[in-house]
Amino acid sequence: MAMGPGEIEALIKAGIPDAQVRIEDLRGDGNHYAAYIESASFSGKNRVQQHKMVYDALQGKMGGELHALAIQTAVPQEKK
Amino acid sequence: MENIIFDRIRKQIESSDVVLYMKGTAVFPQCGFSAAVVQILSQLGVPFKDVNVLEDSDIRQGIKDFTDWPTIPQLYVKGEFVGGCDIVREMFESGELQEMLQSKGLLAA
Repeated sequence: MAMGPGEIEALIKAGIPDAQVRIEDLRGDGNHYAAYIESASFSGKNRVQQHKMVYDALQGKMGGELHALAIQTAVPQEKK
Repeated sequence: MENIIFDRIRKQIESSDVVLYMKGTAVFPQCGFSAAVVQILSQLGVPFKDVNVLEDSDIRQGIKDFTDWPTIPQLYVKGEFVGGCDIVREMFESGELQEMLQSKGLLAA
């Protein structure tokens, strides 16, 4: 069962409310996605912890119905 | 049951400096994400122990539970979880991976 990009974005935002999320469908097949996620809540956490927050938001779908989702996380740059 | 598998995993990650849990083998990866990590480690010339999770369903599920991480590949260095494919790639591109391996004496400076 493939997931749509809107569904992925909605789950991430539900779990990480301030997240800025951009989803790319890498092959146009609805099965291989990349997600770029910016959130102030990543601040002070290492990459493993940041990715775990995203996996938690995805409620166990990662590695299951969501086969291929490349994740890149970032803390928003402070605006000057 | 879980304890037996976790003990096996603990022994594996302690008996080699660099351990990669992957689908397929270093010589014949069977998944693009696993292949990407093999390629990075090979390019750096870092020796590593490959564990093919496709050959062992206990380890395949066990390593996900052990690390609390839902995907394969998983890279361990000196008994510590470094990350999956995305993190390893990001660290390699930024040079962080090389620095970390050098600091642990696994890569010549």
